[in-house]
Amino acid sequence: MNPLLLFVFVLAIFLGLELITKVPSQLHTPLMSGSNAISGITIVGAIVAAGEPGLLATILGTIAVAAATINVIGGYLVTERMLGMFKTGKDA
Amino acid sequence: MAWQTFAYIAASILFITGLKMLGRAETAKRGNRISAAGMLIAVLATLLAGGFDYTWIVVGLVVGAAVGAVAARRVQMTAMPEMVALLNGSGGLASMLVGWAEYVRADGVVTFSAVAIVLTILIGGIAASGSVVAFGKLSERIDGKPLLFRGQKTINATLLALALLAGAWVVADAAVAGGVAGVGIAFALVLLVALVLGVLVVIPIGGADMPIVVSLLNSYSGVAAAAAGFVIDNNVLVVAGSLVGASGLILTNIMCKAMNRSLTNVLFGGFGATVSKAGAAAQGEVKPLSPDDAYFILEAANSVIFVPGYGMAVAQAQHVVKELADQLVRNGAEVRHAIHPVAGRMPGHMNVLLAEANVPYEQLVEPDDVNPAMETVDVAIVIGANDVVNPAAKEDPGSPLWGMPIIEVDRARTCFVLKRSMNPGFSGVDNALFLKDNTRMIFGDAKATLTAMVAAFKEA
Repeated sequence: MNPLLLFVFVLAIFLGLELITKVPSQLHTPLMSGSNAISGITIVGAIVAAGEPGLLATILGTIAVAAATINVIGGYLVTERMLGMFKTGKDA
Repeated sequence: MAWQTFAYIAASILFITGLKMLGRAETAKRGNRISAAGMLIAVLATLLAGGFDYTWIVVGLVVGAAVGAVAARRVQMTAMPEMVALLNGSGGLASMLVGWAEYVRADGVVTFSAVAIVLTILIGGIAASGSVVAFGKLSERIDGKPLLFRGQKTINATLLALALLAGAWVVADAAVAGGVAGVGIAFALVLLVALVLGVLVVIPIGGADMPIVVSLLNSYSGVAAAAAGFVIDNNVLVVAGSLVGASGLILTNIMCKAMNRSLTNVLFGGFGATVSKAGAAAQGEVKPLSPDDAYFILEAANSVIFVPGYGMAVAQAQHVVKELADQLVRNGAEVRHAIHPVAGRMPGHMNVLLAEANVPYEQLVEPDDVNPAMETVDVAIVIGANDVVNPAAKEDPGSPLWGMPIIEVDRARTCFVLKRSMNPGFSGVDNALFLKDNTRMIFGDAKATLTAMVAAFKEA
């Protein structure tokens, strides 16, 4: 048990709410797919589960690794692709 | 293990920086790459910590990377909403499975971890199955209309209570040394109910409300990852998951504001299906127009705005919209594309499509930019948009759309509405715009209609 995580959790939520203010509508989709890719961070937990002994845990972990990797790779690539289409004249 | 902690801190910093940059047009691309670098660091740090049997980890990574990369490359821009829903679902599924695996693995889990496991499975499960239903609705594999049945709310509430009760059983069991027999059933119940709830929560929501649901599910998958962080006692999951949860909430809130509705209303309202048709019946008659006649009006226009909606995505008409816009500009008209925040099926849907068609960013405007000077607009061309241009939102207090900020095309000198038929939009609300004196209906496939207009310009 680690109650300190609760502290981190609350602070991170507040940080997240402050971080994104007044997003232009052009960026709504990339922001969504890009942040979606970040939620694939659960891959860290999946790797731990897939690599530990125990048949059922390994099976569940392996599926979790695959699903999380789809989330991460698919999310970042699709965001990159969309942002590549936006031309604002400057670097974007 | 100190180096691993530092790696996770570095990853967290990169996520925070990346997400912040993703919110600004000039820095968005770099922001996405910075956040990807953070992900790479977090994954490498985990892998290098060692002590694993790598066989199945590698299998999962290779399969996932291949599927993800191919899907991201192949997906059409018009199919982006369902793609985002699927990605969301896989994230939620992964978190749910991590919770499950930890439950299987843990011998004598302490109470705090048991709470985290139950929450991870509950939120992850709802995000996973809810996203699958959202995918089905968005790709029209299942009916996009709200599906309502008697006692829906009671059933949902009962199921949630059941899940929490079963969850409490799992937690209580963890507190007792040795465990109580039969807790496996309680655990299975939590898992099952979470998946069923995800389906039931999304199924009553109509197509026009999808932008809200998609961004809300996005938020859930983040919170599920954060909960998984509590399970495996890992800071980087908690930080990254919370950030996503919060940003998803902000986006959800923007969408709700754009529809002038509260989140509870979207989630429990079953928009459109329960609406009493008490609103005043629209007066007037339909005035159809042929694309050729439309050309003569467009040819004389100095100021034209396009108002795209979901119908443009369905007809894949974004490229021909750009062509017509180019013709109009060549003809000396000022052209703008007015994009309503909830037009389409996900936040920013129309922006993505028009960007794909190379429409210059300068031509894209928001409702507040065009509404004040709408009287000076010669022609407003509504392409497959409906509720976001429905004047009932400001004229009819009895309408379910009442109070929603719209693009006020009814005040333009002339308004063309490109539409297949007179059917109402997803909300099921009649649109008085179609019957206004200055409105001309151009029936047929939007792409064919626009192509005919472009041809008329080219012949001239």
